[in-house]
Amino acid sequence: MANFKTVAELISIAEQENKKISDVMLAQEVEISGKTIDEIWEQMEKAYDVMEKAVQRGITEDIRSHSGLTGGAGKKLQAYIQKGDFLSGETVLDAVSKAMSTNEVNAAMGTICATPTAGAAGIVPGTLFSVAQKLNASKEDQIRFLFASGAIGYVVANNAFIAGATGGCQAETGSASAMAAAAIVEIAGGTPSQSAQAVAIALQNMLGLVCDPVAGLVEVPCVKRNAIGASIAMVAADMALADITFAIPADEVIDAMYRIGKTMPHTLKETALGGLAATPTGKELEAKVFGGQPTKSESKS
Amino acid sequence: MKYRTVFDIIGPIMIGPSSSHTAGAARIGKIARNIFGRHPETAEITFYGSFAQTYKGHGTEIALIGGILDLDTHDEGIIESKALAKEQGVDVTTLISEEETEHPNTAKVKLADEFGEVEIVGISIGGGNIEIISMNGFHLRLSGHHPALLVLHEDRHGMIAGVSNVLSKYELNIGHMEVARKSKGSEALMAIETDQQIPQALLDEIQQIPYILTVTRLQA
Repeated sequence: MANFKTVAELISIAEQENKKISDVMLAQEVEISGKTIDEIWEQMEKAYDVMEKAVQRGITEDIRSHSGLTGGAGKKLQAYIQKGDFLSGETVLDAVSKAMSTNEVNAAMGTICATPTAGAAGIVPGTLFSVAQKLNASKEDQIRFLFASGAIGYVVANNAFIAGATGGCQAETGSASAMAAAAIVEIAGGTPSQSAQAVAIALQNMLGLVCDPVAGLVEVPCVKRNAIGASIAMVAADMALADITFAIPADEVIDAMYRIGKTMPHTLKETALGGLAATPTGKELEAKVFGGQPTKSESKS
Repeated sequence: MKYRTVFDIIGPIMIGPSSSHTAGAARIGKIARNIFGRHPETAEITFYGSFAQTYKGHGTEIALIGGILDLDTHDEGIIESKALAKEQGVDVTTLISEEETEHPNTAKVKLADEFGEVEIVGISIGGGNIEIISMNGFHLRLSGHHPALLVLHEDRHGMIAGVSNVLSKYELNIGHMEVARKSKGSEALMAIETDQQIPQALLDEIQQIPYILTVTRLQA
């Protein structure tokens, strides 16, 4: 009987039953939804297709958001990788490029799959399509990647939060980075407990991250935070695969994230009142995007 | 558990840019429309908290209007929803309020036509997931994840038994149920989430019970 509420329970079920994290998530989904494995698999495949299309759009088309604040970074980084003289690893940069691509498509009101939210939608697909290419992974393993990352997101969402408005950006890109890190470990052949270590390492590096969208838009700093969230997921996964552990267990890191989010002032939780949004340039961009109209008074539109 | 399935985490498939501000808003609009049960002539939207601060840039307003027009989170028609509303004769007013609310992403939607009106308050709790926390002034909690039955009735004894008898007859299992009333003996609301889809015949039968005012079905 699969039923987990914490990372520790998830790992212990996986180890006791000699299963992957994705198996445990699938089994729980069957139980909760009453749907068949085939139906669930098909639904996940639809999400996968949407993710693939968004990544492809971002790295090949000239994406521009309506505000004009973002677009083109994913494509630019692909061109840079093609030139060959990059410093970080190719797989990491590819993941970063694909993460930004998805988020740029999101900012441009394109179709995406929230993972776990739209603002953080780049990290899971970005790392998935980069790692899958590197490992020559089967479609089945790629779909499993989404179930494995979903399992971690499920724990984080139910024990802490996944929305910037409730917990800051650590709740969005932090959760996504932890989800991706666990799934990268699984697709690369690591153990469930290595996945848990990757979750702890990735999330501890995103703790305290505030949600301070310039002009209130899911663009700046979100696109580049998806980039760095993807790179943290990749490095955390590699560290875990090297059998490096973190002193604080994943569940306690998630709890720390929750408590930090609870004590975070509301100006730093997607209200566009603090952080980067409150910088002189942030304010200028806001005025430019909205034509200098007041956005915070009682008004009819 | 607030988030029940893996697709609450991997999903929804949606039009960007924000799952809370766009997908969640569209779902609040769609449930309001669903409860209203027909095409409204007027729609009054009030945004609170983070919604009030950032709705313009996120397209929260157009997503919510899209929902009111019965569009799904991934329907590209959402982008053109303001024009669609005009075309379909829905007069939309958007207000923002500085009133403190329990949740930062709160929206109130009032839909009306010559036959009546419905007012619901919804919160967008993250990742496109929502809860309806009030309907016509009655406090309740509905996730929109399950089929639900909303029964407005006079506050008298035996009403819950009467309604649950009909559910039992149709072999519908109650997953979650809430009752609320404004004051003793006045109007009351039963909100019942079921595990199975609710057939029209069941609605008709409940409508026949004395002292029932209105019965609304919400498809998941």
